Amino acid sequence: MSPEFSIRSDSVDVDEIMRQVRARIREKRGVDYTEDELRQLASVKLEKFLDPTRVRSDLIQHYRRLREPGSAAAAPPENYAFDDHLVYGSARGVSGGIITRIRRLLNPVLKLFFNPNPIIQVLNRQSAINAYYREEFDRTAALNYELIHNLVLEVTRLGIEVKNLKMRVESLSGRLDFSDRRARALESVVQYRPGTGPAVEVAETAASAPAQTGGQPARREGNEAAAGGPIKGEAQRARRRRRRRGRGGAAGPQAPGTPAESEPGGADDAFAGGAEAAGARGGAADSLPFDGAEPGPAKAPAPGAGEPTDQ
Amino acid sequence: MKLAVVVQRYGLDINGGAELHARYVAEQLARRADVDVLTTCARDYITWRNELPAGESEVNGVRVRRFPVRRERDPERFGRRSHHVFGSRHSIADELAWLDSEGPASRALIDSVRRNDAGYDFFVFFSFRYYHAYHGIRAAAPRALLVPTAERDGAVGLSIFGPIFRGARALMYNSFEERAMIQAVSGNDAVPHVVVGVGSEVPARTDPDRFRQKYGITSPFVVYVGRIDENKGCKELFSHFERYARAVPGDLSLVLMGNSILPIPDHPRIRHLGFVDDADKFDGIAAAEALVMPSYFESLSMVALEAWALGRPVLANGRCDVLQGQCLRSNAGLFYESYEEFLETLALIQSNRRLAFAMGQNGREYFQRHYAWPVIVRKYLDMFDRLREEDARGAARPPIEPLPGWFARRRAACRAGDEVVQELPAGPARRAGRRG
Repeated sequence: MSPEFSIRSDSVDVDEIMRQVRARIREKRGVDYTEDELRQLASVKLEKFLDPTRVRSDLIQHYRRLREPGSAAAAPPENYAFDDHLVYGSARGVSGGIITRIRRLLNPVLKLFFNPNPIIQVLNRQSAINAYYREEFDRTAALNYELIHNLVLEVTRLGIEVKNLKMRVESLSGRLDFSDRRARALESVVQYRPGTGPAVEVAETAASAPAQTGGQPARREGNEAAAGGPIKGEAQRARRRRRRRGRGGAAGPQAPGTPAESEPGGADDAFAGGAEAAGARGGAADSLPFDGAEPGPAKAPAPGAGEPTDQ
Repeated sequence: MKLAVVVQRYGLDINGGAELHARYVAEQLARRADVDVLTTCARDYITWRNELPAGESEVNGVRVRRFPVRRERDPERFGRRSHHVFGSRHSIADELAWLDSEGPASRALIDSVRRNDAGYDFFVFFSFRYYHAYHGIRAAAPRALLVPTAERDGAVGLSIFGPIFRGARALMYNSFEERAMIQAVSGNDAVPHVVVGVGSEVPARTDPDRFRQKYGITSPFVVYVGRIDENKGCKELFSHFERYARAVPGDLSLVLMGNSILPIPDHPRIRHLGFVDDADKFDGIAAAEALVMPSYFESLSMVALEAWALGRPVLANGRCDVLQGQCLRSNAGLFYESYEEFLETLALIQSNRRLAFAMGQNGREYFQRHYAWPVIVRKYLDMFDRLREEDARGAARPPIEPLPGWFARRRAACRAGDEVVQELPAGPARRAGRRG
């Protein structure tokens, strides 16, 4: 009967824009809670807050009553509107008018027994006082409830945000740690051209100090590898060789200042196994900026920087 | 064809949504048919006091027949009865008493509809929730078309209106969301209906510079047009905008047009212009970056349609299904349900001018395709033709369901109106006839 109302514009899709807006908000907020979910969480906390063991029992009843619209407890009894006509009045329509008039006529007779005027005045005044206090009470109770509710909502929101930030800090700290290890792992597999690099310096130092004979195998192996180099395309063999070199380096004495020596959780840890270490190994091997076939100092840390070792 | 538009109030100075809607429709249909308006002598919707003279008069070339209201509304009694029927279990008699106290109770108007002394082919009733529509449709069901202008409030959930939605000859809905809500509550799917809405008298040319000069507004701004009222979501709008102004540096301000019954915050970036004439309203909308529509309940926002007609995007309250649905279907507005969304969407409109422009263009196209007067009038005329064809064929229609008997009416068997409405399907219709 009615035509299709959707206008499909290539450039604007409000549904998609709103999805992106919400995703952005979620990203900012960190946790995928909708406003309703947040309110629900807050209300749960409010219930906890209103635990009778923690707060006055009449307070919880009061707030719960207020929170249930339409419940019998929520609606207080109606105030009785009282004025000087009421005591003589009648609700019987036309005949009620006649009855009222008769009662008024008999008022002087009634006054012979007692004076109803002060009672009428007192009741009238009491009715006004009741109305005033009821209004005040309703207003302040609603305000209090709203205030507490909003506070709890905000606290919930902040709590979630703090928790989320904590998680992010932990995650960042883990990533930093991981990057640190990975950097060390990368540094440990750097190959230098024959006759260059800090290992040569170390070897020279070792030669001048005969006590450090253990440095020989490491240097020889490293030199051999560097001289021959891994064959391009034979990634597996190259990896095996690198691993061997890693073991050799770790087993043998090292130059002062190498990661393995200076920090037990350094390169060795990264290669030792476990999920993170495996990731580090894979990451280091896969993302090496320099393949074994192209050794060279171009991308390697500057020799003499102290940390890298030619193994 | 002789038509009668029946509405609770009518006049040039009466700007209520449904009343303005009725006047626009009456004036447009008057160009194609013989149209009378049947209404009351009331001007004020709170009291229904008889302020205008009874009898015949003419407004913008349309003949208006006014009938006196029997008694004014007692707000206290009406409030008490509303609280009862919306909030707790009650009887049909309670609902009828509520309707009676809501008004405008004009027996003379209903009698005139029943007699149909002027020989109208059809009566077009506006606003289902009032006395004139309920009793009028009962009095002339075979000729009664209803423009419900229903919002998602407790009145829709009252039992007395089910037979009205099922018994009217046809329904002219304002939106797909309204149709879905009424069909869900009354099961009136079989009643002929169409989603029409209403057009607007938008000027062909606007002068944004004139508006800026007149009010001394040099910075970019978003505009709100309408009654400044908490029920219209303005309090939330102020709160959101103040937070936005703190969070987003710049000079984007909020300009308000309309009478205020809510204190307006004293903020350098919020400007209240008061009630403005139509020229200023349209020039102001054209000068704005976007129109903000913060209302929670709308059956159809005419001002949003006007903004779209002028090529401006709309930022709407997404908690109103109708507004959200309109934004999604038109691709001409964004919406928010929280401050975070308000911040993001307004910042997006403010910063991405290409997007704002494209949405404005979509809005203009959407308005022209669905809410231009020729489209609206055509839908009404098609419906009248369809009903006349049915009459000519002698198609059988069941009579409107009668009221239950005296005892049944007094049995407290009706659920609270608010409770019924809460259970109705909610959400925007992304496409015609589908819910989100």
